[in-house]
Amino acid sequence: MSTDLPVLSPKDFASDQEIRWCPRCGDYSILAQMKKVLPTLGIPKEKFVFVSGIGCSSRFPYYMDTYGFHSIHGRAPAIATGIKLAQPGQQVWVITGDGDALSIGGNHLMHAIRRNVDLKIILFNNQIYGLTKGQYSPTSPTGKRTKSTPMGSVDHPLNPLSVALGSEATFVARSVDVDIRHLTATLERAAHHKGTAFVEVYQDCNVFNGGAFKFATDKKVKQDNIVYLEHGKPLIFANGKKGIRVNEGSRPEIVDLDGSVPEDDLLFHDEKVTEPSLAFMLARMRYPEFPEPMGVLRAVEKPTYDEQVNQQVEDAIAEKGEGDLDKLLNRGDTWEVK
Amino acid sequence: MSSTVDVPEAEQQGGGKRTETVETVVVRFCGDSGDGMQLVGTQMTNVSAIYGNDVSTLPDFPAEIRAPAGTLAGVSGYQLCFSNHDIFTPGDAVDTLVSMNPAALKTNIADLKRGGTLIVNEDAFDKSNVAKATYESNPLDDEDLLQPYRVHKVPMTRLTRDAVDGLGLTVREADRCKNFFALGLIYWLYERDATPTEEWIKAKFAKLPHIQEANLRALRAGYNFGFSTESFTVHYHVEPAKLPPGKYRKLTGNEATALGLITAAKLAGRGLFYAGYPITPASDILHELSAHKNFGVKTFQAEDEIAAMSAAVGASYAGQLAVTASSGPGICLKGEAMGLGMIAELPMIIVNVQRGGPSTGLPTKTEQSDLLLSMFGRNGESPLPIVAAQSPGDCFHAVQEAMEIAVNFMVPVVFLTDGYIANGAEPWRIPTTDELKPIKVEHQTEPNSEHGYLPYKRDEKLARPWAVPGTPGLEHRVGGIEKADITGHVSYDPDNHEFMVRLRARKVASIEDFIPEQEVDGPESGDVLLISWGGTYGAVRTAVRQLQTEGKAVAHAHLRFLNPFPKNLGDIISRYKKVLVPELNMGQLRMLLRDKYLVDAIGLNKIKGKPFLVSEVAAAIDELL
Repeated sequence: MSTDLPVLSPKDFASDQEIRWCPRCGDYSILAQMKKVLPTLGIPKEKFVFVSGIGCSSRFPYYMDTYGFHSIHGRAPAIATGIKLAQPGQQVWVITGDGDALSIGGNHLMHAIRRNVDLKIILFNNQIYGLTKGQYSPTSPTGKRTKSTPMGSVDHPLNPLSVALGSEATFVARSVDVDIRHLTATLERAAHHKGTAFVEVYQDCNVFNGGAFKFATDKKVKQDNIVYLEHGKPLIFANGKKGIRVNEGSRPEIVDLDGSVPEDDLLFHDEKVTEPSLAFMLARMRYPEFPEPMGVLRAVEKPTYDEQVNQQVEDAIAEKGEGDLDKLLNRGDTWEVK
Repeated sequence: MSSTVDVPEAEQQGGGKRTETVETVVVRFCGDSGDGMQLVGTQMTNVSAIYGNDVSTLPDFPAEIRAPAGTLAGVSGYQLCFSNHDIFTPGDAVDTLVSMNPAALKTNIADLKRGGTLIVNEDAFDKSNVAKATYESNPLDDEDLLQPYRVHKVPMTRLTRDAVDGLGLTVREADRCKNFFALGLIYWLYERDATPTEEWIKAKFAKLPHIQEANLRALRAGYNFGFSTESFTVHYHVEPAKLPPGKYRKLTGNEATALGLITAAKLAGRGLFYAGYPITPASDILHELSAHKNFGVKTFQAEDEIAAMSAAVGASYAGQLAVTASSGPGICLKGEAMGLGMIAELPMIIVNVQRGGPSTGLPTKTEQSDLLLSMFGRNGESPLPIVAAQSPGDCFHAVQEAMEIAVNFMVPVVFLTDGYIANGAEPWRIPTTDELKPIKVEHQTEPNSEHGYLPYKRDEKLARPWAVPGTPGLEHRVGGIEKADITGHVSYDPDNHEFMVRLRARKVASIEDFIPEQEVDGPESGDVLLISWGGTYGAVRTAVRQLQTEGKAVAHAHLRFLNPFPKNLGDIISRYKKVLVPELNMGQLRMLLRDKYLVDAIGLNKIKGKPFLVSEVAAAIDELL
């Protein structure tokens, strides 16, 4: 090896803390995939920071032997922004949940994304408040019966991907906790993206909302209910039997691939298109009407916030010279008293 | 210079009119919020300071950017006091009032001394403006009203239009120059050298030559009006003040806070990170810091107050000297994240430029009503050190002392100023570089035990080490859940919780050994001790000195450190018969003093959005003697 990259393994990223998620929680899988991805990045361990808010998912930093900050409810993107601005050399991950990111912390999420701070935001979406034992969340479907909605929720849920796209996200992806290879690949893509990488992970809360994503995880049905996105490839699912085409009303429609529709008529995924309409359309394909897209919806490049904030400091130094206290204090009109 | 007639210099300057020498003068400019009163007030402050007077100012403006023109709600004022000796307040009563319209006259005339000079723009006293000011008839015709004053009715609008005639200005543009006419007249009246203002106009309007020329002409026209018309028979001379020798500049409190923060970071060799959300009256700190990025200052205008506080916490974790500033409503929002900074034991400064509350309250007016918020405004047992500045220039030093406490004790520090000292200005003796004391900041770079890095292992000051992300081998987690002693692991152990709560409180309390002992101005024992804090310093000090010169046994302790208190404060209190606590609130410091020292402290409390007058404090002391 000519380079001096650290050789690390998943074990090196495990902290000595006992993991306290419920047995069979989807969080275990996400933690395991994260520990697999980090050693592949060629980044020394001390260069990672994991920041979280409050909620089950937010325990995540304690289980990683990296720098970490388990903060307060909803504020992780803001705290992470402070860290990234202060230490642009760190790779900063934000671990959050549907309540943390979209309810109490909605404002910070939106602004971190629109600024394009170089953060990797992983939203564990289980459509429920788990830590507080089972209230409906901003992603719970309308009609959801929970402890706080005994007659069914009358809220309309947020679509996390739409929120990210509406906030002008440069990287938007979705994966599922138990889809190990896909999740690993998606986290890896997020890690390599320069700018805010927003990843929604369908995560099963088997205690308070078990099976919420069965449509996307059950091997018997999932091929009909999800469609894997690949850049430059047509949208095909159901073991190659069905595809997605854009109809004359510019709406997606499902077509049978029985020979009557040529493959060229299908929707070809383009994650790099600057204009976000395609990504929006994909984000709004929801089960059961459509198969839900999995993978990278959007990956475009824009200057990052942290880079530009630090560049302005460099520019100011280049223009005015390194700050001179004596000059600063003596600026403007001065006079002598003898 | 070209004159061949031998005229005495004083007469050349004053148009041959009588000059009176006076010690201290209070001038107030008031007009509509669109009349540029803050601007001319600032210019007058600059020229007076540069001339060598001591100066103290009180800008007073409405919360609305432009309330309806001519109304009482839209009146904006700028008061300044300049003197041949050191002064601590902008003055109780006004010697010369410049009133640009009837509304300004209505809201300000009560503050003009009997026998004082009243200069009005008589052109603005038309029927409509008179009605808007809720006068039943033109007050300039009301002899009873004006009888106590020396009144000069000057047609400023017309004279300004005449002065700028030929420059191709619209009427609106021409009329906007009349503040400089008023300023020019005052410059003549008080023998001010207009050069700095002329230079300012030239620079400010360099790209708009006709506006530049118009303002210069208006300024000169105002000056010449005083010089040549018979309306004014006397003008005044105020000698420079005998201030401590050194180089001076004018500084507002917010500027001083910003410069103090830059200085602290530069001398510590660390980056300064500032996160803020715009709020009156704290925004100028953000503006000032944003202009000095070449000092390695990173500023972050956050999406809200909570984000600003949170980003400061993050930046502190990442090793920077982190600061946020706001005012009452914003500080309320920051409370939760301040608590996080407290339990994570990270150093940072939270600046609260206090304003009138509660809720939105009086955004542009001053008050001291956030002391108890600073003490107790977080959930759980969450004591934070509190440092308060006493004057505009003092913000420079006090904020550095706050930072020194923060990094030495690994704790967020609340730094209190208020609208009065934040917007007020005074001459400031510029410290020489060797007078500045560098703050020592150390980051942990090596494991501190055989078991690796223990983030909550403490030094003799009970401070924990500060290891920064990026340091190999010191990876660790912090957070808001209760920490196990030494290891910093999550702990729900009851004994550990009580131990840690008491430990954090003890750490903050032990700062009393770090800060200087309290000083007292006046006799070591006596009849009345005044205890004050923050921006009331000037009024209290002046009132106490007055009574001291009358031979009264009155002393003054002005507190800079409000949590913890200096350790000799209890002893000081016990040496006086009575304790008077003047505050611009309902008695917040008094409550803390009564609690800690079981002293029957008496309050002098004012909640009008305005600073104390010296006379108010003096009268309250007199009552106790």
